[in-house]
Amino acid sequence: MSAILSERPVRKRINSGVLLLAAAMILAPWIASAAGGNYWVRVIDFTLLYIMLALGLNIVVGFTGLLDMGFIAFYAVGAYLAALLASPHLLETFPALQTLFPHGMHTSYLLLVPLAALIAGACGILLGAPTLGLRGDYLAIVTLGFGEIIRILMRNLDRPVNITNGAKGISGVDTLSLFGLSFKGMIHLFGVRIPALYLWYYLFALLIIAIVMACVRLQRSRIGRAWHAIREDEEVARVMGINVRNYKLLAFALGASFGGIAGVMFASFQGFVSPESFTLNESIVVLAMVVLGGIGHVPGVILGAVLLSALPEVLRSQAVPIQQALFGSVIIDPEILRQLFYGLALVLVMLFRPHGLWPARQLEEKA
Amino acid sequence: MSLLQVSHLKKRFGGVVAVNDVSLTINAGEIYGLIGPNGAGKTTCFNLITGLYRADSGHFTLGGSAYSPHQIEKVAEAGIARTFQNLRLFNEMSVLENVMTGRHVRTRNGLWAALSRHRRARAEEAKTERLAWHWLEYTGIAQFAHYRASDLAYGHQRRLEIARALATDPRLLALDEPAAGMNAAEKVALGTLLRRIRDDGKTLLIIEHDVRLIMSLCDRLSVLDYGRVIAEGTPQAVRRHPEVIRAWLGGEAHA
Repeated sequence: MSAILSERPVRKRINSGVLLLAAAMILAPWIASAAGGNYWVRVIDFTLLYIMLALGLNIVVGFTGLLDMGFIAFYAVGAYLAALLASPHLLETFPALQTLFPHGMHTSYLLLVPLAALIAGACGILLGAPTLGLRGDYLAIVTLGFGEIIRILMRNLDRPVNITNGAKGISGVDTLSLFGLSFKGMIHLFGVRIPALYLWYYLFALLIIAIVMACVRLQRSRIGRAWHAIREDEEVARVMGINVRNYKLLAFALGASFGGIAGVMFASFQGFVSPESFTLNESIVVLAMVVLGGIGHVPGVILGAVLLSALPEVLRSQAVPIQQALFGSVIIDPEILRQLFYGLALVLVMLFRPHGLWPARQLEEKA
Repeated sequence: MSLLQVSHLKKRFGGVVAVNDVSLTINAGEIYGLIGPNGAGKTTCFNLITGLYRADSGHFTLGGSAYSPHQIEKVAEAGIARTFQNLRLFNEMSVLENVMTGRHVRTRNGLWAALSRHRRARAEEAKTERLAWHWLEYTGIAQFAHYRASDLAYGHQRRLEIARALATDPRLLALDEPAAGMNAAEKVALGTLLRRIRDDGKTLLIIEHDVRLIMSLCDRLSVLDYGRVIAEGTPQAVRRHPEVIRAWLGGEAHA
């Protein structure tokens, strides 16, 4: 019976593994582009965006136990914030503003990122406040509605005044530039020519490291314990003197602000935002990453995000050649195959590993 | 010196008056018992004191100043900690974390402290952990600190709940049937622990079904029947009280 919870993983033994992993992560864009071209670097970049989202959602769903089905709304808030404040669109709608911004609307990303965190966080509180008394399915339905409201707002706020440019979306979002380095095209850095896609990768990776550190520190703090207590038994948490309302709102706000930051990155990375990127399906995908990977467990959530965002791409690119090699023709459309695998993966994980692929603690000994 | 005074407490559920004009005075440093037949209103009374229910009317004084348990969150801060009749631990947490969670109400670390882990934050966290260990040793379950709470033996889970409540630094420790489901040996050990807690300066309020245990443990007690206090005093006095005998034996004794 191994009921003892290991305080921390055995540090010494995994050291070489960690080094190997770090080396692989540093070289990942080179490996990916050597293996299949820059398309794969792009896939990795998107995977990292999904990791950010999943980590944000994990604070709400995993740490605090609040089932949020509309998380993508905060991603949308961040993305649209960047699109509005760093593209020509607003000035086209309101020519009067042109005197204020004679060189066009180019808000610095150093300002946009904290602003997005703040505004998305405020939206998180806005969503959290009326839903404090709700749990489980009921909360899921309300948050789902909230996510759809944001998307529909973005879609329809082109009349009477064109703010979001409706279903057409906003294009021409400024490419991120840091310290005079624009993340676009080919970049000369220390005498080496590298595609900007690589730089995006490193930027996202740095952001993720920061978010992971924040998550881990939060989890192992007084706040993390309060969230955990709320997740397990709200009434007892109250009896212990935990202000359940405030801690729930804090979870909503923090999760949302991480989502908002990811949204800013997404808008700048794509150079384009439209309501189509923020559908209910996206919320479900991010939730599936959290649940499949290991709800409440940071490494598990990262694993879930990697599997559910990168594997479908592998499938998309390999399904046709493999089928042609095997059967001489394409029998199942890759997109259908992708959804099939998706559903199958979720069902299997829920059946055989209900706590996720990489859960926080070994719970098997109970069986 | 009285620690908690409850006066004219009343609570009805629909047409049933569960607690009818109950007044109690619990002195500092004593073990106070609340007993009565099933449905007498013990648990309701207990939940009113610990803020889980809202009284229809009544008045509380804790340590000389008015105390109103209308917000559950404020009860622990005011100095009343409780356990539950059917164990309610944070099952997925480790034993140590359960007790550390009990320190929540006596600590201040916020968002910035969690993220930056500055020196004061670390000092508070270290103190939280140190005190949690202290209470685990005090209740005799320190060797299980890194077990998941739900993996503990039943008697140990009961002790863990007491440790978690003690970690809140309560003035009054309220125990809802702490001996429920325990065997004779465990009950004796529990009695020893509770007396020790009293001797270390805490005040205890206990609801219990086991009359022998409560008679041997309590300094004073109240007997409830049909939501009213029918007797109050030392175990010796209460045992001979005619109302108590009638309530327990069904009226034949003096009829």
